[in-house]
Amino acid sequence: MIWNETIECMEREEMRKLQDIRLKRIVAYAYHNTPFYRKRMQETGLTPGDIASVEDISKLPFTVKQDLRDNYPFGLMAVAMSEIVRLHASSGTTGKPIVVGYTRKDLGIWNETVARCLYAAGVTRNDSVQVSYGYGLFTGGLGLHGGVETIGGTVIPMSSGNTQKQIQLMHDFGANALACTPSYALFLGETIRESGLPREEFKLRVGMFGAEPWTENMRKEIEELLGIKAYDIYGLTEIIGPGVGCECECQHGTHLWEDHFFPEILDPQTLQPVTPGVTGELVFTTLTKEGMPMIRYRTRDLTALHYEKCPCGRTAVRMDRILGRSDDMLIIRGVNVFPSQVESVILEMPEFEPHYLIEVDRLNNLDTFLIRVEVRPEYYSDEINKLLALKKKITLRMQSVIGIQPEVKLVEPRSLERSLGKAKHVIDNRQLV
Amino acid sequence: MLIKQLSIFLENKKGRFTEVAKLLGEAGINMSAFTVSESSDFGILRLIVSDTDKAIRVLREKLYAVSITEVVCLYCPNQPGALGKAMDIITEAGIFIEYMYAFAQGDSAHVIIRPDDISKCVEVLQSNKLKLIAADDLYKL
Repeated sequence: MIWNETIECMEREEMRKLQDIRLKRIVAYAYHNTPFYRKRMQETGLTPGDIASVEDISKLPFTVKQDLRDNYPFGLMAVAMSEIVRLHASSGTTGKPIVVGYTRKDLGIWNETVARCLYAAGVTRNDSVQVSYGYGLFTGGLGLHGGVETIGGTVIPMSSGNTQKQIQLMHDFGANALACTPSYALFLGETIRESGLPREEFKLRVGMFGAEPWTENMRKEIEELLGIKAYDIYGLTEIIGPGVGCECECQHGTHLWEDHFFPEILDPQTLQPVTPGVTGELVFTTLTKEGMPMIRYRTRDLTALHYEKCPCGRTAVRMDRILGRSDDMLIIRGVNVFPSQVESVILEMPEFEPHYLIEVDRLNNLDTFLIRVEVRPEYYSDEINKLLALKKKITLRMQSVIGIQPEVKLVEPRSLERSLGKAKHVIDNRQLV
Repeated sequence: MLIKQLSIFLENKKGRFTEVAKLLGEAGINMSAFTVSESSDFGILRLIVSDTDKAIRVLREKLYAVSITEVVCLYCPNQPGALGKAMDIITEAGIFIEYMYAFAQGDSAHVIIRPDDISKCVEVLQSNKLKLIAADDLYKL
């Protein structure tokens, strides 16, 4: 099902023309309405007239997360605050939160793009959608909420937390779709399994999961646990929130809505464009947003883009699974380690629960790398040797995937914290200067 | 003659055993025998209790990883050479002992044995007139 066929299936050449027009307009708009962008462009000797098409986009300076912090709270708004109808902010675990503002038109764009996502995942007006993303400053809850209302579906605005009630109402209301973080989906699945509520009494068919990177193995795990099809919905607060893109029923790449959000993939070192299909850092330019346009925003997400037409009929570019946020990448003993690698190993081994905690520290100038994992109840053995063999097995597998050997600790059932929102998978205690 | 032994996975953390002991105590469950086998970061607490089913229920409710293993309890007199004799019989029958633990009191000693082939072990010991303790009797000790 396709919500906006004209756009989503537009010939690539037509799309390029549309992007040319919109890019020219947004650059001029940002230049004239945001002192920050004007100053940046003037510093590099650019005027809006230098940008004639998307070919020229690489002339523009980048915007990074620190720019949003430096201009906290409203320094990057391109309109008077009287035009802003909604504010959202990121959790701001490190430093100040970042704040974004939406005009009424921006909310319309957001609803439209989330509507496309819902249709891509096969959710229609006949479905009820349990939105278990947090409601509030976080974009997840209200973002999905607006999209479901736009397509005429039934929103169950649960927000996150209160897991027992979540599964009770999911059961009683017969929710057809669930939207939350993948780690919370796992926790909900576990809770359903333990609750004794028969799974066939649930009407859940589709899951739309995002706000944190997840792996193909985690998808399989969630699909089995909940008996659903699970789709990746991608987004970030700085660009609009969830709804920048979503997978279709083919589940082979996240379609990006590039008439609103223009994506580039750059080599993270040289910051030069890579050939399509090659992995690099994802950079977005918002082509239509009024409240707070983003010019060449560096997401730090590592992925690749594919421009071939999808069997679903969409021509909209497809993005690979996010390999990791370059911010999430750990450098341990000189080796680049992504939590997603650790996750994929744990999920391919049936002996372990799909939860883990990585702890990194530095002892006597040497990095320590510890992974805590829970053994599934049926795999606990009465014999120490069997458990030690299991520990060795996962350690060797980790080593072959990651490139360095971690210390693996088997921990008691349910001793790792279950996440209600974005899961915390890494504790880095190294005091690096 | 088979005895149900509980095996509980515990992390090597302060107070873990205390918690288990308290939990069972509050539920009115008595421990007849136990042993702890440990590695660098976790251990397995093996114990024999007065009410196995209830103990499992109570422990699983608190999310402990508990499993049941069948063991045999051999009675032998508390005197030199008695255990050696029994061990010879087991070894000669080609039975491998995964682990064992024992407690002695006065004239008598009890040895809990986890053999690789439990039915053969029971058969060999009984045919050699060695005394095995039944579960119910062990719980009463």
